[in-house]
Parts: sequence; C-alpha cells; structure tokens
Amino acid sequence: MALETSVIQDKLTEQFGDKVTGFITIKDMFSFEVASDSMSGVMGFLKNDPELRFNFLTDVCGIHYPDNEKDRQFAVVYHMHNWFDNVRIRFKCFLDGENPEIETATTHFLSANWQERETYDFYGIIFKGHPQLKRILNMDEMVSFPMRKEYPMEDGGRTDKDDRFFGRITDNATN
Amino acid sequence: MSNSEIKKTDIKMAETPEGYEGNGFFATKLDTVVGLARANSLWPLPFATSCCGIEFMATMASHYDVARFGSERMSFSPRQADMLLVMGTIAKKMAPILRQVYEQMSEPRWVIAVGACASSGGIFDTYSVLQGIDKVIPVDVYVPGCPPRPEQILDGIMKLQDIVKNESVRRRNSPEYKELLASYNIS
Repeated sequence: MALETSVIQDKLTEQFGDKVTGFITIKDMFSFEVASDSMSGVMGFLKNDPELRFNFLTDVCGIHYPDNEKDRQFAVVYHMHNWFDNVRIRFKCFLDGENPEIETATTHFLSANWQERETYDFYGIIFKGHPQLKRILNMDEMVSFPMRKEYPMEDGGRTDKDDRFFGRITDNATN
Repeated sequence: MSNSEIKKTDIKMAETPEGYEGNGFFATKLDTVVGLARANSLWPLPFATSCCGIEFMATMASHYDVARFGSERMSFSPRQADMLLVMGTIAKKMAPILRQVYEQMSEPRWVIAVGACASSGGIFDTYSVLQGIDKVIPVDVYVPGCPPRPEQILDGIMKLQDIVKNESVRRRNSPEYKELLASYNIS
C-alpha cells in the first residue's frame, strides 16, 4: 500500500510538533517547512522510521530570498525519496540572512557531501559538521558567493560590450 | 625554379622568397628562410573545450585537411608544439591551467583564439567564464564565429603563417615581445 501524505504529516507532527509546519502538496509533491535547528532530527526520522523509509537524499540546494524578513533570507531545500513506496517529499529550512548556518546532512547521507559543498560555494551557507566544507565548482580564489542576488551575474572585465546597451549596473566593473 | 615551371606541375611549392639569384646561387635573408620553414610546419596544440573543438576535428580530418598547411602533426605535448589553438569556453577555474600550458611551450610559440568564447567570452557574459583568453596569455590571431566553420579556422592558420613568415628569427629577444610577455607576468 502506498504511503499516504496524511500518514507522513501525522507522524511528523506527533514527533516534532510545531517544528514542522506549512504542509502543502505542490505539483503532486508533498512539501513542508522544518525549523532549521531540527533539520537533522527530522531527516534522521524520515530516513529511519520503519514506515516512512525515505532512504534516498535526491537533492540539497540553496535559495536566496533577499526581500524576506531578516531571519528567513536563505533557504536550504532537501528532496527525499522513498524507494519502497516510490514517494518523494521536499522540505525547506529557512536561515538567517546575516549568519546562514545549518547542521550538515552528511551524518545521515554521505551523498550530501558534494551537494552541501556546492550550496556553500554558491550561497555561502555554512553546514556545521561537514567534513570538508570548501568550494567545489568555482575557483578557489573567488571571494563572492555568486548566486546571492547582491552579486552581479556578469563579469566586469568584459571590454567588448557597451554597458548602456546591455542593462548592466555600473558597479560590476570592479570585479 | 621559375614560376612558369611551377604552374605546369601539380606539386605545390612554397613561393620563393625575395633574394638575389644568379648562375648556381641564390641568396636571401636567414629570417625569410627560417620563417618559410616555420610557417609551413606549424605543429598545433589543440586545446579544445567545446563545440569549436568539433569544428577543429573536421578541420584536421581529410575533408578540410589541415595537412595541406604543414600542420598535420598534432602535438598533445606543449613542449613540441608551435601553435596553441584554444577552442571553446575557458572557465576562470581553467585559466591557470591554460596559462601553464602556454608557459610550457618553447619558443617560438604562437596562439590562435578560435571562436567567440576564446576570443571574448562569447555568449557567456558571466562571473565564472574568462572573458577572452587574452586576459591570461597573448594571442596572435582571433578567429570569430560561434563556432567558426573549418574554412575560417584555416583562414586563421593562414593569417598566422603570414605573421610567422614576416617575423624576425630573434622575435623573443625584441623589446616589444619582452614587454608583451612581462605585461602577462610570463618570463
């Protein structure tokens, strides 16, 4: 019998109370929000509970919401997959804009290693307890976290484009 | 050998450089002889990262046949190469590697930037891509196109041959060349 979303919701609410909120099904995928300090506990519960059995971490990624209130400016999104019942879920943890920190998921899934490094590389989100939190895709000398919206997308060193015709902001010239 | 005799045969010969010709002797400058030899035997080092590299494969192969220009010997070691062909997007993370490859080439060495990405960054106007390889190494010939057709790459090689033919043998000793390399921090 397939795993019902109501079962997932009831189990999580029973176990974690108001740390787990905002249950909603978006495009056939059950989603919810987890308080960032309970992330590791919730993920371990989802993985190890004999009924839930979310045995696979599909994805870890970051989002920047610069217009949100200060303690919700970053989000880390986790996708998990139950291979036994073929059910997928997604949950978000919102983080502080000044000091984005969250526990690592590598204690539950070793596959989170590179995904968390990538999220750190592009958003500067610190994963506490990660075994080797350093840049993975960008060059080591880079000082910015390029997917944060305060950094310009374009490279300022470009000389063959006239800024006026390409809608560039002027401060990107100092990269 | 006079020009009329060359036309009679199908064998392609390099044009005789300017010089003094008499009975049993021909005299010309060392620069032009060496330039002639170098220009017709440019060993390419293909540094292919994307679609321009595919076009270069066509250029190398029988249909376009870069061997007609004396460049059939691909050198996959920078030590024995004369002409570095950079074909494709160079990410900033790769820039030091490209630079190291250039530094490992022995003089005389020339560089062709093939395609929009190698020449200027192309469509990749973004934080992660080098905006033209001339930010890290000096470039002799730029081939435009996205990607350029093999004919364009061959045209670029012919343009480089012109440069090689007309260059001093002692190019690396000239103050301009030293200044150019110094501007890239290459000694």
